[in-house]
Amino acid sequence: MRPPIRDIAVVAFGQTDHTRTSDEQSEVEMLMPVLHQVLDATGLKTSDIGFTCSGSSDYLAGRAFSFTMALDGVGAWPPISESHVEMDGAWALYEAWTKLLTGEADTALVYAYGKSSPGSVRDVLTRQLDPYYVAPLWPDSVALAALQAQALIDGGHTDEPALAGVAARSRESATGNPHAQLRGSVPHGDYVVNPLRTGDCPPIGDGAAAVILAAGDRARELCERPAWIRGIDHRIEAHSLGVRDLTDSPSTRLAAENAGAFERPVDTAELHAPFTSQEVVLRRALSLGDDVDINPSGGPLAANPVMAAGLIRIGEAAARIHGGNSRRALAHATSGPCLQQNLVAVLEGEDQR
Amino acid sequence: MSKEPVAVVGIGQTKHVAARRDVSIAGLVREAAQRALEDAELTWSDIDAVVIGKAPDFFEGVMMPELYLADALGAVGKPMLRVHTAGSVGGSTALVAANLVAARVHGTVLTLAFEKQSESNAMWGLSLPIPFQQPLLAGAGGFFAPHVRAYMRRTGAPDTVGSVVAYKDRRNALKNPYAHLHEHDITLEKVQASPMLWDPIRYSETCPSSDGACAMVLTDRAGAARSSKPPAWMHGGAMRSEPTLHAGKDFVSPQAGKDCAADVYRQAGIVDPRREIDAVEMYVPFSWYEPMWLENLGFADEGEGWKLTEAGVTELDGDLPVNMSGGVLSTNPIGASGMIRFAEAALQVRGQAGEHQVDGARKVLGHAYGGGSQFFSMWLVGAEPPTR
Repeated sequence: MRPPIRDIAVVAFGQTDHTRTSDEQSEVEMLMPVLHQVLDATGLKTSDIGFTCSGSSDYLAGRAFSFTMALDGVGAWPPISESHVEMDGAWALYEAWTKLLTGEADTALVYAYGKSSPGSVRDVLTRQLDPYYVAPLWPDSVALAALQAQALIDGGHTDEPALAGVAARSRESATGNPHAQLRGSVPHGDYVVNPLRTGDCPPIGDGAAAVILAAGDRARELCERPAWIRGIDHRIEAHSLGVRDLTDSPSTRLAAENAGAFERPVDTAELHAPFTSQEVVLRRALSLGDDVDINPSGGPLAANPVMAAGLIRIGEAAARIHGGNSRRALAHATSGPCLQQNLVAVLEGEDQR
Repeated sequence: MSKEPVAVVGIGQTKHVAARRDVSIAGLVREAAQRALEDAELTWSDIDAVVIGKAPDFFEGVMMPELYLADALGAVGKPMLRVHTAGSVGGSTALVAANLVAARVHGTVLTLAFEKQSESNAMWGLSLPIPFQQPLLAGAGGFFAPHVRAYMRRTGAPDTVGSVVAYKDRRNALKNPYAHLHEHDITLEKVQASPMLWDPIRYSETCPSSDGACAMVLTDRAGAARSSKPPAWMHGGAMRSEPTLHAGKDFVSPQAGKDCAADVYRQAGIVDPRREIDAVEMYVPFSWYEPMWLENLGFADEGEGWKLTEAGVTELDGDLPVNMSGGVLSTNPIGASGMIRFAEAALQVRGQAGEHQVDGARKVLGHAYGGGSQFFSMWLVGAEPPTR
C-alpha cells in the first residue's frame, strides 16, 4: 500500500444496545436511531453526505437484496452516491475511505447491521464454506473455532484457564459499556465444543452501528478531536483450514504492517476476536504487549452482532480517541472461518502527528 | 487534488451458457480471470488486489462466496473486497476497483463478477417470503411490466418497438462468440409471435438465465504504459441510489439514473451525449428498456427514445449503436451482466470487439441498473487518456 494522499478521520460513531433478540424491530427500525445519532453528532443531514456505504448479509436476513430496505431508511431522496459490500461494515468503511481518497467526496456515512436471532447463526455460517466439499458436512462456526483453540493448546500457546481469563477480562471491561449484551461476572459454563466453553464463545445477538468519515479540515469542523486513520489495510488467506497454520494469522500481520501499526506502539487495541482463543492468535500476530489496553469495550465477547462487530471495533477505537482516552489505537475486523480475512486500521489523535 | 487515471488493460469472459456443469463456481471465475490476465499479458503476481461482485448469495446458495473463492482468484495474501448492489453490481464492482487505482492505494487490480445461476433457481431466490411485505412471486418481469406499460402510455410509442429491440440484440449476439443466445434463425416475426409473459413483455423480449463470469484488469498510468495493446481509459464513473418505493418516484425515468449519467458526463466533459458518445452498452433485461434508458441517459428528449430505436439509430451500423454485444437480452449471468456492459464498452474503444466492433468507436458508455430501478452505475471509457 502506498502512503495515503489525504487525511481522513472518523468523526462520529454510534451503535445500538445489542440484544439477544429484537423480534419487535425490523432491520430498518434497528438502524434508524443509530443513523440519526451520528448525523446529529455532526450536525449533518443525509443530503450533506458525499458518499454512503453499508455492510450486511442477505443470509442473516433470510432474503435477497435485504440492504435495499435499509437504504430506504437512510432517506436516499434526492438520490445519493451509495454502495454496499456483502461483508462486515469495516470493509464498507474501507470502500468509503478509498472514495474519500479520490477526492470525489469529503464526507462518508458508513453503516452495518445484523440480526442473528431469527435463525441459527451457527448453521447459517456453515453456508460460507466451500459449497462442494465442506458445507455439505455442516461444520459449524463453534466447531471450527474449537479446532483452532485445540491447535493453540497443543502448540503450547495457551491453556483453558488462560482462555477463561480472556473471557473474564472482556466481560469485566464490558461493565463500562452500556451497549454490551454480556457484562460482569458471567459463568464460564460447560463445553460447547471441547475445548471451548460457553464463556469462550460470543453471545448471539442483534445490533447495528454507524460511523461518519470526513477528510481534512472538514473533519476538524465536525469533530473536536477527530480520530485520524493513519493507515488501513486488509488481507485474505486460503479458505481451506487444512492449508493454514491455525495458530498464526499472517494476513493480520501483513495488514497491520501495511497500515503502519508497527511503526510506533499503540496504547489501545479493539480486536474482532469472537472466541477467546482468537485473541491469543491476534495478540501474537500483532505483537501486542501487556501494556496495551485490549478491548476496553468488552469486544465481541460482550456483543457480537454479525456484520457490524468489525465496524464497531473501529468505532470503539475512534471513540477512545474522541474522548481523549487513547492517543494511538489499533482496530481489527475479521471475516470467514478461523480468522480467514482480516482488516487492520490505525487511528490517532491530532497531537500524534 | 488529482486522481490517478485508470486504464483497462485486460478483459476476459467465459462463453455464457444456461448451465456450465463442467466447472465449479471456482472453475468458472478462474476461467474469466485467467483470460483477463492473458489479455493484459500479466500474471497473478502482478495483481495487487481483487474486487469481486455478484447478485444475491441465494442465487448459488453460498454465503459470502469471496471467502471460498480467494484461492481460485489468486487473492491469498492480498486484499479482497466483495461488492453487492443488486443488478447494478457488475458495474459497481468495477467502479470500486477503479477507485482503488484512482486513489493510488493500488497499482493494478483484478475485478470480476459472476453468476452461476444453474446451481440454484434465481426466480425463487428472489421470492423468499418476507414478513409484512408484499411478496414478489412473479420475478423481475412482473415488477417491470407495469412500468413499461406506463412508458408506452406516456410516449405513445407503438407496441412494435420492443420486438425491434429484441430482434436487433439477438442478431448482434450472433457476432459475439461469448453471448449465451445464438438464435441463427431469428426473425422479427418470430419475436412478435412469441408468447406474452407479462403484458406487454413477450418471451423473446426477455433475458435468458446464464452461467458466466467477466473479469477486467485495471491499472494506473505506469501500468498502461507497459501494456502492449491499446488500453481503454476511464473518463468518468458514478453510482447513484434511490429508494425502492416512494411517492415521488418516476419508475419510467428514475432520477437516480439521470443524476448518475449527469455525474459521468460532467467528469468526462461531455456536453451533448448524443453527439459525443459513439456507442452504448446498456442494461436492457426487457427490450422496452432500450428506449426508456435512451431518454433517461440523455440520448433522446423525453418521449422520443422509441423514435431512435424505430429509425434504426441503435442498430450495429446505426448512428448510435446500442448493445453491440447482444446485451443482457442475449446473455444474463445477473451479477456479471453489469460488468459485461462495462467490459464491452472497453473492448469497443480498444478496437477489440471483433465482429461486433463499431468502426471508430472512441468514447463508449457502459451502464447498469438494479433493484426496483433504484441502483445505477455507469462509466464512460475512451481510446485516449483523459485530459481533465
